[in-house]
Formats: sequence, structure tokens, C-alpha cells
Amino acid sequence: MKKTMYEKIWDAHLVRASADEVPILYIDTHLVHEVTSPQAFEGLRLNNRKVRRPDLTFATMDHNVPTTDRSLPIKDQIAAKQMETLAQNCAEFDIPLYDINSPDQGIVHVIGPELGITQPGKTMVCGDSHTSTHGALGALAFGIGTSEIEHVLATQCLLQHKSETFEIRVDGTLPYGVTAKDIILSIIGHIGIDGGNGTVIEYTGSTIRSLSIEERMTVCNMTIEAGARAGMIAPDDATYEYIAGKRFAPKGEAFDKAVEQWKQLPTDDGATYDRTLTLNAADIAPQVTWGTNPGMVTDVTGQVPNPADMQSTDEKQAAEHALAYMGLRPGTPMTDISVDRVFIGSCTNSRISDLRVAADVIKGRQVAKTVNAMVVPGSQAVKRQAESEGLDEVFRAAGFEWREAGCSMCLGMNPDILMPGQRCASTSNRNFEGRQGKGGRTHLVSPQMAAATAVTGHFVDIREFTS
Amino acid sequence: MEAFKEHDGLVVPFDRINVDTDQIIPKQFLKRIERTGFGEFLFYDWRYLDNGDSNPEFVLNHSRYVGASILIAGINFGCGSSREHAPWALQQYGFKVILAPSFADIFRNNCYKNGILPITLSAEIIAAISQRAKNTEGYRLMVNLEEQSVVCPDGTVYTYQIGDFEKYCMLNGLDEIGWTLQYEADITVYENHNRL
Repeated sequence: MKKTMYEKIWDAHLVRASADEVPILYIDTHLVHEVTSPQAFEGLRLNNRKVRRPDLTFATMDHNVPTTDRSLPIKDQIAAKQMETLAQNCAEFDIPLYDINSPDQGIVHVIGPELGITQPGKTMVCGDSHTSTHGALGALAFGIGTSEIEHVLATQCLLQHKSETFEIRVDGTLPYGVTAKDIILSIIGHIGIDGGNGTVIEYTGSTIRSLSIEERMTVCNMTIEAGARAGMIAPDDATYEYIAGKRFAPKGEAFDKAVEQWKQLPTDDGATYDRTLTLNAADIAPQVTWGTNPGMVTDVTGQVPNPADMQSTDEKQAAEHALAYMGLRPGTPMTDISVDRVFIGSCTNSRISDLRVAADVIKGRQVAKTVNAMVVPGSQAVKRQAESEGLDEVFRAAGFEWREAGCSMCLGMNPDILMPGQRCASTSNRNFEGRQGKGGRTHLVSPQMAAATAVTGHFVDIREFTS
Repeated sequence: MEAFKEHDGLVVPFDRINVDTDQIIPKQFLKRIERTGFGEFLFYDWRYLDNGDSNPEFVLNHSRYVGASILIAGINFGCGSSREHAPWALQQYGFKVILAPSFADIFRNNCYKNGILPITLSAEIIAAISQRAKNTEGYRLMVNLEEQSVVCPDGTVYTYQIGDFEKYCMLNGLDEIGWTLQYEADITVYENHNRL
């Protein structure tokens, strides 16, 4: 029988599949962070249960951590307690932890691939919806809640219903100035933020194939913003090359053997998906969100839409509410919108290639006087690499703040937040109300667009800015 | 988990689509290491004014809806972050049932694990129930899990779908980890076979 990649990985991980029960799926890798795990560990203790496979579990601190000087004590006592709790839990249950002082610390979805933990064909979970990121290397990776974290800790398995399969094919050469971020924002704009509900999306086509592994991560990362549990891209030579030599990757002969197995993963010719959508790369322009969810997005050459043009009453009301919150008027050209803050970071766009392209735009230019801009590398390793290339100097010279690694202002659990009414060009993944700070107004863009916006003080078409 | 058999409760209509879990429980409340104490922070940014007073405009604060335990929501309720703090906050506020035309996947899973019943009904039915709740003060529904029914005061009955396993777990307040652990031998066989 012809199978999709999702079906192959699913079938290979079934511990038990009885017709009248929910299948039991084996989980190869469990990633843990400080915010969603404490109640799960507490549950284990209350029921006198152990962690079945601490050797398949990896923990880091990312959501809460301050991005300022790490030698100073953490001011937020509740956050500090949560980090301390993770450290205690990891010690008690023998789980490897990359804590705030570790040279490997970073956003869980940045360090997984970076350390070679993320590999094709694996099932991976984490108590974070952006776990979909790891699908960029051909893993089946998805976010889970705290009860499920406890379940995986105790059993290394999950009770899971099989999802439908959804192929999103993007073909053609990406136009100048159009990035992986614009591809995924455009997809979400097309299918809506619930367009992928109940499905696992596999991205295919020549455009996807031409993306670097880090760009593929950006696409898979925001798959959850379309409602799909997981996004996946079939592994290829670029994938194997990316993994080779990484700390947790198989070595020598074992690596060659693994590659032979990974080559069996791509969807069989003639296998069918439950749904399919095809997009043409040539039709995609740089994207900017205007509203309060990632589906409220338009081309940078576009305008703030008029709620009166929306199809349903619900959508009209949602758009009116969003525009009121965002402080925007219908018909305003996107490039007329000024910002107060620029945030380059998050599990979507904080990898070395993101920082390189942003630095390219910034080089020799200055952040506008009206703008406060910051770069938060995704991991300590990304930070070190950027510093070795002198990117930190480029950003600093332009007037950017250069920070320590963490989730930071993507969700503002640490001190990095927007003030009420402040408007931000952000390379993160969610423009929900209050996400970056109560009353804060978030516009999602690519790293290039964020960098150019920092310079001009308002949104700008990157194709005109740099060409 | 507490078993869920049936529930008779006051209905509150909440006419917003795509309500995300950042709204249900904002991030500043995720720093707690306990599983309790989230109810007072439910919908925090909408429910309270900047000075901390209750926002009289917000529907949950209308006196007629105080004590509501059945939430009527719009499409794609619970989208965004996987935070289980969202169903904890809803449950600890007092909600037992959420009716919506659709739910986000992770949120729906998290509800089942906390004794909240997420019921999907057509957009037309949801709109009709919502309208009746607005028209009639004290509007209640009787939700039965065994029969998979929602019974309106006028006797109208709507039936809904739920997975057999989810139904079984909720009816019995089942410990799902205990359920999986009864197949521990299968897990070991799987691990040995795959040299994990």
C-alpha cells in the first residue's frame, strides 16, 4: 500500500492499535521546559510513578528566562521558582537539563535540531504548540498539554487519534525579498487559522525543496497557527548534511545506516492525501499581519482591510474588534504604519541564518530614533556563532540591543514586554491580543522586513528597500 | 479526574470567534507551579479593567450570567498555545461544558483530561442556543454524556458526537496513565524490538 510520510512514521510507532481503543503511540523524544512541566512532575510524585525513559527526555529553560546579564540574580521571584522547580525535577528524575547557565541553553525548538536530537522519522513531543518546528527534518512532532506530558513521562507513550493528511505544495522560484516566513504567513492567510484543524500538513513542491533546513523550520513552526498539529517536510540530502556531526546524531557507520532508513521516509509516489492545496511561489509577496491572529495578514503593498468587506457577521465583528485593538483604520497602506519596537527572535526566526539576513539589511544603517529594537538569539550557540561572525557588532552599531537567548518578547513571560499601545514589528509567530504585553500591538513579519522597519520606523517593502 | 455523567447548568453566550488560549489565560499567570488557582485569572485582560476592577462590559461579569457553567463559544475556540492552564482556568472558574461549532485540536484534548466536555454542534444550532440564552434570563441546558444529548428547556434535543474512548474516560473519570500502564509489557516489547 502506498503511504504518506506521516502514515509511515505513525505505523512504525504504534505500540498497540485495537479497533475500539485509541491507539498507543510510542514517543522517541520528549522535550521539556519550565512552564508547562511542573504540574506533570507533581502528578508523577502524587501517584508514585517514575519517568520511564529519562534518556529520551531533554529539558531546558527558555520561556521565563531574562535575556539581560545572566550573572545578575533573577528579579522575578515566581519565574525563578519555576526554573528552580525544573532543576529539582530534572535532578530527582535524572533528566538531562540545559539550564540558564548552560552553553547549550536556548529555545527548546532551536536547541533540539542544533544538538542533533531532532532526526527524521522520530516521534517528538513537547508541552509547547510550536513543537511542529521539528517536522522540518522529517520528524512527526507536535505540542501537547501538561496531562499528556505526565503521560509521556510515565509511559513514553501517548494515546493519540490519527490525523488526516494535508499536502500543501508550493512550486516555483521564490521572488526576491520573499522568505520562508512569507510562505507560511501567506498559507495561513489562504486557509485560515483553523484551516489545518484535524490534520498533519506535509509541505512539498520545488519551492519547499529549495529552502534551507532553517527556513523549513520557520515554515513548520507556524503550522500550528493554521490549526494543524504538525507540519512535516520530507528529509533529503540537505537534511542529512545538516544532521551530520551534531552531538546526538548517529556517528560513522551508524549514521550511514540511519540515512538509508531516512531515505525510506518520503511519501510514496501515488500515495494520496486527504486534502491538497497548491500555491505558486511567484504569487507570494512579503507579508505583514494587520490584526490579532496570524490569519489577519496581507501583502506589504496592501492596505488595512475594511471589516465591511468581510463575508460573515462573525468575521466582520472579529475584524472590527481587531482594528480597534490595533488602533488601525481601514484603507491605511501597510507601509504608512509606524512602529515603536522591533523584535527579532523567537522559535520562528532566531536562528543564525535569520540573524545573518537581518544583519545584512542593517549593516551601515541606523535604527530610527523613534524605534527601540532588540535581537534575541534563539540559543547560546546561535549567539556565540553570531558573535564570532561579528553580527552582534553590526546590530549594536545600528542601535539594536543584543540579548541572551530565550523566548523573550515572543510571549513576554520574562521582563521583555510591550507597553500598552506600543506597536511592534516582530519576527515571532503570534499577534494575539496582549501576547507581547497587555495592550501591545504586534505585526508579524520576516527578519528582513523587521530589520528594514527598524531603520525606517515604518513598514517598508523589502524589495524596494534593498534592491 | 472527576467523572462526568450529566450536567444541568446556566448558559453564557460568548460571541467571539477564534478565541485563543492567550486570552483564556494570559501568560503572566503561567508561572505558577501548582495546578490550581487559575479560575480568578480566566479571560483576565477582558474581564478586568486596567485598575483591576471588574469590566462591566464583559459578558461573564453581567449579573445574569454569574454562576454560568456552560459556555457557548464561536468557531475554533482555544486556538494557539498548548497551555493546559486554559482548561484549568475554565474548569476552576466553574465551567463544565463548552459548546462551539469547532475547537482547536490541542485545547479539545486538554479539556477531556480535565473533566470539561467540549461539544461540537453546527454553527446554526450554536447560534440558535446563543440567541435563546440572550433572550431568556436564567437559560439553562441539560447535558448528558451517556446519551450524548443536549436538552433545551423547551424539550428540543440535540445530539453530539464524541469518541468512544473519550466518552469512556469521562464517564468513569479514568486515569489515562493507568490505562496505558496496563499495557506496559507491550511497550517493553516495542522498545526491545526497536532497540530503543
